Amino acid sequence: MIPISYYLLLSAILFSIGVFGTMIKRNMVTIFMCIELMLNAVNLSFVAFARYHSLIDGQVFVFFVMAVAAAEAAVGLGIIVALFRNRQTLNVDEADLMKW
Amino acid sequence: MLMDNLQSLRYFYPELTLIVAMLVVVIVDISFNRLRNVLNPLLTIAALLIAAYFTAYVNHGQEANLFLGMLALDSFAQFFKLFLLLAALLVVLGSLHSEELLQVHQGEFFALLLAVTLGMLLMANSINLAILYLSLELVSLTSYIMVGYLKGDRLSNEASLKYILFGAISTGSMLYGFSLIYGMTGSLNLYTIRDAFLSQGVQGFDQFTILLALVLTLAGFGFKTAAVPFHFWCPDVYAGAPTPVTAFLSVAPKAAGFAILVRFLFSGMTQTSGSEWGLVNGINWPLVLIGISVLTMTLGNIAALTQNNLKRMLAYSSIAHAGYILMGSVVLTGEGLKSMLIYMFVYLFMNLGAFLVVTIIYNSDRSFEIGDYHGMFKRAPFLTFAMGVFMLSLTGIPPFAGFLGKLYVFLAVIEKGLFWFAVVGTLNAAVAAFYYMRVIKAMVLEEGNGKTAPLHVSFLNQALLVALLIPNLILVVFWNPIERWTASSVKLFSGL
Repeated sequence: MIPISYYLLLSAILFSIGVFGTMIKRNMVTIFMCIELMLNAVNLSFVAFARYHSLIDGQVFVFFVMAVAAAEAAVGLGIIVALFRNRQTLNVDEADLMKW
Repeated sequence: MLMDNLQSLRYFYPELTLIVAMLVVVIVDISFNRLRNVLNPLLTIAALLIAAYFTAYVNHGQEANLFLGMLALDSFAQFFKLFLLLAALLVVLGSLHSEELLQVHQGEFFALLLAVTLGMLLMANSINLAILYLSLELVSLTSYIMVGYLKGDRLSNEASLKYILFGAISTGSMLYGFSLIYGMTGSLNLYTIRDAFLSQGVQGFDQFTILLALVLTLAGFGFKTAAVPFHFWCPDVYAGAPTPVTAFLSVAPKAAGFAILVRFLFSGMTQTSGSEWGLVNGINWPLVLIGISVLTMTLGNIAALTQNNLKRMLAYSSIAHAGYILMGSVVLTGEGLKSMLIYMFVYLFMNLGAFLVVTIIYNSDRSFEIGDYHGMFKRAPFLTFAMGVFMLSLTGIPPFAGFLGKLYVFLAVIEKGLFWFAVVGTLNAAVAAFYYMRVIKAMVLEEGNGKTAPLHVSFLNQALLVALLIPNLILVVFWNPIERWTASSVKLFSGL
């Protein structure tokens, strides 16, 4: 059996990749993919802990997270489409009408 | 008393009312082409009133553990529910004559508003991390849409994008914090989490993990309340969103954020009996909260000084007010909690009032710039008077309601012996006076910009202005019922 620390390490690595991705990537769609990566890291950690504690509620939580992530992606893509129609760009740096 | 799903439904009427109303609004919107613009607002208002009735009278004074430990019914939740329903009601009334929203299809607006309100009610009484997350996301996702409601408007789009990016990242961080807490304690219920922390002692856990989990969790709550390290979205979102939506966001989700923050800290992390704050040893909680609070109010006030767009200025001012509200949480007693509730209650009237004036002036002048407010006194004396009252109230000048909020918060802090903290708060209020006065000066003293035609204020908006002015003017005299109400509302659900 693989010890839980392996799962947690993988989850932490995935989460960090996601966080750094949201900071350094400039394409809106890529940023959303990085956010999904963060959420999946959370899911992995929840499932690992649920298995470790032999409990079911952590696994149920993962379903909620997945469903909400799907809704979030739908709303996010809708916003991106609306923005793209008005500006013809996917670069977040160009969304700079408002500063300070 | 732990209740199963069927038993709980009896106490779930306010939320059920909102769910039904939301669906009915959608159906009415697609089936009655002619009547929908009349029916939808009426339905929304009726639903909010019925939900408030159920909350105030039917569920009054009850304490129960609903849906097998998912939601807590207590007087704390009752206060927040009434507060949030009132905020939603005032925003619905204020949005009816807003030119910004009239251009677009309105049916969804009311359905979305009911959905956000539902999410916030659930936030106010969730005691389980799962339902806490779900309700928080219900509020967030719907408010992203509401912010981007003006589809062709570039500012609205941009605001919505910034909101969803910040929101998704902070809730992602919060979830990672939740997963660590779940891993340490093996539970998602706040009370079981507390018991696990208490029974094993904090020494039983890795200090770094606890610190990491709580900091990540605070990121999510900080995002909702727009506290300082997580405030960057706030000015842009407030400036880009339609004004009624901005008014709503600046009051209601912020208050709901404070509700979950308080619930998380008071029931999840501390013993309910008293001021047992050494629970998580690695962190000096009062110091962390003082730090966030001081940073929040100082940054908000200083950034507001240089703003020329009134919506942005009010955005920074709302960040500063979040700092004042946080002052109450530092004390971590019933008194501190009471001062937070009083502050939020008066903040509702003054902030919604200020945004209503902004909406009305935009209707005829199409501008949010303070420079375009010059000479408003001659064109709309009553509006200027109202704005003056709201601004002075936001500053915290004595005869107005804002003073009451600041008084209680500062008192709570001073009673704890944190004199310097109260001094910082007072200095901040002095800084804030400068930019609030600037608006009054622009409206009253400056020469007009050529426009002389009297500003049209619809009857509904005038009535609403009066309704918002009255609490600002009389609450200082009638502080006693408010104090009794809030004092009875600080009782949090005590556990299973």
